[in-house]
Amino acid sequence: MGVPLVSIKDLRKSFGAFEALAGVSMDVTAGEVLCIIGASGSGKTTLLRCINQLVEFDSGAIFIDGELIGYRRVKDRLYPLTERDIARQRLKTGMVFQRFNLFPHMTALENLIEGPVQVLRRDRDEALREACELLARVGLRGKADSFPADLSGGQQQRVAIARALAMRPKLMLFDEPTSALDPELVGEVLAVMKELAQSGMTMIVVTHELGFAREVANRVVFMDHGLIVEAGPAAEILNSPREARTQAFLAAVLA
Amino acid sequence: MASPSQNFEAAADFALPDISRLRIVRRWHIGRWLAAGSIMLLLALIGRAFAQGQIEWAYVYRFFAVPAILSGVMNTVIMSILAMALGIVLGVVFAIMRMSDNPVLRGVSIGYAWLFRGTPVILQLLLWFNLALVFPVIGVPGLFEARTVDVMTPFAAALLGLGINQGAYTSEVVRAGLISVDAGQYEAAQAIGMTRLRSLKRIILPQAMRVILPPLGNEFIGMIKLTSLASVIQYAEVLHNAENIYYANSRVIELLIVAGLWYLVIVSILTPFQMLLERRFARGAAKRR
Repeated sequence: MGVPLVSIKDLRKSFGAFEALAGVSMDVTAGEVLCIIGASGSGKTTLLRCINQLVEFDSGAIFIDGELIGYRRVKDRLYPLTERDIARQRLKTGMVFQRFNLFPHMTALENLIEGPVQVLRRDRDEALREACELLARVGLRGKADSFPADLSGGQQQRVAIARALAMRPKLMLFDEPTSALDPELVGEVLAVMKELAQSGMTMIVVTHELGFAREVANRVVFMDHGLIVEAGPAAEILNSPREARTQAFLAAVLA
Repeated sequence: MASPSQNFEAAADFALPDISRLRIVRRWHIGRWLAAGSIMLLLALIGRAFAQGQIEWAYVYRFFAVPAILSGVMNTVIMSILAMALGIVLGVVFAIMRMSDNPVLRGVSIGYAWLFRGTPVILQLLLWFNLALVFPVIGVPGLFEARTVDVMTPFAAALLGLGINQGAYTSEVVRAGLISVDAGQYEAAQAIGMTRLRSLKRIILPQAMRVILPPLGNEFIGMIKLTSLASVIQYAEVLHNAENIYYANSRVIELLIVAGLWYLVIVSILTPFQMLLERRFARGAAKRR
């Protein structure tokens, strides 16, 4: 194993008196698919949002691709980065939200080229061509000119995945991507994510879909009360968890 | 108990009378006829009263399009548009300040709305117009200086007074629009590497416009009529010019009617633009919601 793509050291974050992250450390290797499971309030979404700097952590450090996230180190001090630098750092990660968060005033295609054209300043025609390919990849070739309001939840989430991919990220973050979907639409989104995993994309997925974790994840992390309770190969964690809390959680989910 | 389908068959067995070819007589709607009739009668009486009243309609016709009135109409339209433009710019800026994390910016924005919404516009207009009493000379020392009376013309005073007052109201309309946009939209914009300013411009404001436009259209119609207050500081808008004419010829009512008709014309012409704008910003919105 080489240098990890993501390296998290003793990450802590509190919201008022509530400690969402109580010292989390973990590494993610390039090409790895990591699933984070745990009850709501266990800190898994906060961890994901810290990696993408949508939440400012209180202490600890995150390195992505060897680069310190959110701060600039000068000797033994850390200086917060400017908004512009943080925006630049975010380009390494793509984020898929629970509630899709597509831009409703733009078509599927416009959603995809918004970042490449406005932020990356890429050529519009080239961005359009690539966006069409991405839409085809997520199985929505015919929906380029549809507005989000005219798409099903599963289709919207697939557009959202394509929008994140259009920025050519090194790392994809998924925050419960299927939790807001009707049960019959979950499969199509998971299929796209599975294809993405097989293509070699590094993915951190917060999910309740244990079947997906079992099938696709290289490693599964179980979190509880802001801490990583147990981490290891998917089969090991899901089939024969060692910790009592993991066992209790899996029993409750599978019941 | 018999199932519904059995019931249905049983019903078909009965020989009910065949009425499918009978003529249906329309309802009378006596209430509607009475209401409509009495209101038409009332309107006719009011119309007759005005027709027989002391209004020389010939004067209305004669003064409707005289140069003084037409230039007044132009000035009303120009002032409405410019003051509204100033109000929108200030409104957007102060709405964004109001939502800032910086307590000073937030405080200044709240204070601005408090001051200008809390005092009558006509008083503000008079203050701007009489600014020379406070500062006889204005300018940047060493760069330029001017006598305030020369700078603070009726036009300038009306624009500042109406525009700044409008900004205080518009800032609340814009703020309502901004908070109506889902917080997930800010996050999605950030996640594709946008800075706050760019996400505001590309993602948030276009969506906020749907909420902002209807009340803003209201405000604009209000502004068209509010410009009439500038007549007290000698701005030559349509009411001011109509007044000047009736000071000379004493046809008070006739000229007020002329001015009133022109306000109706201006509002009628400008109102459809709101619909066009609303349609433009309804892009992607689910139909009829």
